[in-house]
Amino acid sequence: MRFLGYTLGDPNTEFPPPDPAMYEKMGAFVAEATQAGVLLATGGVRPPAEAIKVKYADGEFTVLDGPFSEAKELIGGWALMEVRDKAEAIEWTKRFLTIAGGGESTLREVEGG
Amino acid sequence: MADTEVQHAIETVIRLESARLIAGLARYAGGDLDLAEELAQDAVVAALEQWPGGGVPMNPGAWLMTVAKRRAVDQFRRNRELERKYAEIGRVLEADEAADDGTLGFDRAITDEIEDDLLRLIFTACHPVLSVQARVALTLRLLGGLTTTEIARAYLVPEPTIAQRIVRAKKTLSNANVPFETPDAEQRPSRLASVLEVIYLVYNEGYSATAGEDWTRPGLCHEALRLGRLLAQLAPDEPEAHGLAALMEIQSSRLAARAGPNGEPILLLDQDRSRWDQLLIGRGLAALARAIELGGERGPYVLQASIAACHARAYRAEQTDWARITELYEVLAEVMPSPIVELNRAVAVGMAFGPEAGLALVDQLAAEPSLRGYHLLPSVRGDLLMKLGRPTEAETEFRRASDLTGNVRERELTERRAQEAGDSAES
Repeated sequence: MRFLGYTLGDPNTEFPPPDPAMYEKMGAFVAEATQAGVLLATGGVRPPAEAIKVKYADGEFTVLDGPFSEAKELIGGWALMEVRDKAEAIEWTKRFLTIAGGGESTLREVEGG
Repeated sequence: MADTEVQHAIETVIRLESARLIAGLARYAGGDLDLAEELAQDAVVAALEQWPGGGVPMNPGAWLMTVAKRRAVDQFRRNRELERKYAEIGRVLEADEAADDGTLGFDRAITDEIEDDLLRLIFTACHPVLSVQARVALTLRLLGGLTTTEIARAYLVPEPTIAQRIVRAKKTLSNANVPFETPDAEQRPSRLASVLEVIYLVYNEGYSATAGEDWTRPGLCHEALRLGRLLAQLAPDEPEAHGLAALMEIQSSRLAARAGPNGEPILLLDQDRSRWDQLLIGRGLAALARAIELGGERGPYVLQASIAACHARAYRAEQTDWARITELYEVLAEVMPSPIVELNRAVAVGMAFGPEAGLALVDQLAAEPSLRGYHLLPSVRGDLLMKLGRPTEAETEFRRASDLTGNVRERELTERRAQEAGDSAES
């Protein structure tokens, strides 16, 4: 089964400056998860202030440029995991958060995955 | 979290760490897999006692390894004179303990060492001295971290059968004094072939189950895919490792499209290709490209992956490059001569150059003893006869195919085709 994991955070909180040691550990972790055949795809996104919203209602499109005033936004990145069960997805996410030094990840099972 | 959830979380951590733990311990134990498993089990028991109260440690793999090593050293000190095998591992570990500065973790050197151990473990579990069945069971147990119960369930056999297979396999390895190492350059191709064979067998048992009610058992496909991805990373210079990974990724891309709403099989050319998983196709094509970049003569897995890629690249069945597939089968038949490859080549020839040409090839295979009980021979023959407007003969072939298959779903499919051929003959 597959899970999409992503990190949510307060878009108004400043990101701590990048820590080279953490990046190195994260690189090794990503390599390990890829090697294990668990991490199928992963990626990062630009800050939420640069987000664009496209809406369609009553036959009309509205395109809005960020920043938006959501309390929580997708921050950092996402990962598509292929795991045996929910517990494995949770365990890999714990490992990710340990290296990230904190934060909140959401896991969503992918339909039919 | 409820107690059972904590328990499940702990079991998950252990399962994820299991292969690395056993691989590391096997090296210390001089390749004695039984002893490695025993030490790992001691550490697991300690974890199951301590983690529910104290929490899972930050680096559970290192924790388990440290506990297992400590147990080994204790045993060694207690039985210094008694057990030769403990004596060996104990000596190594005492030296190791003295040198350990406690910096376990994502250290590059340690990671490399673990990877080497994992590769050694794969080669050992798939050693040709073992029967294929034994290799499969041992690989799923030691590398996949599956329990004997899980393996037995996946293979629809009683649990004691699997347990016994694993015990005997370890004994055979020990009796044969199989060293815990990656084979040298001379041995490597044949030993690698043995590893690839085991992984692909597991995959195929999942992909077209030879027995039982279900047409596919995706759990086994998934286990094999994980092993294949792991092997390709551990042996990145081996084109065939990437070839096998590519083949399994591409075949897996069709899993959802291979069965209808009631579990009935849907053949490749009838599948709804919009349901093929493009992510897996992309991964498969990338793995295939890596294999080809590495150069050298194309081996059986790279060739089979290339054939699978021809299908994956065709958005509609009519766009399939059958001429190219025919060429690839010709090369495959040279590299890996087999009546089954010939049968597949006949199908491709039938598609590329017409059913008459295909049937001529199939008829050459009719006398092949190894295909006598193989249900796909009459099935392919029936298909070609239908296309040639000979439904009465086709019906006979489909009935024969139906009698030969052990899979319920596949039998239903061939019976339906026999019925259709019969109806067509009457009209």
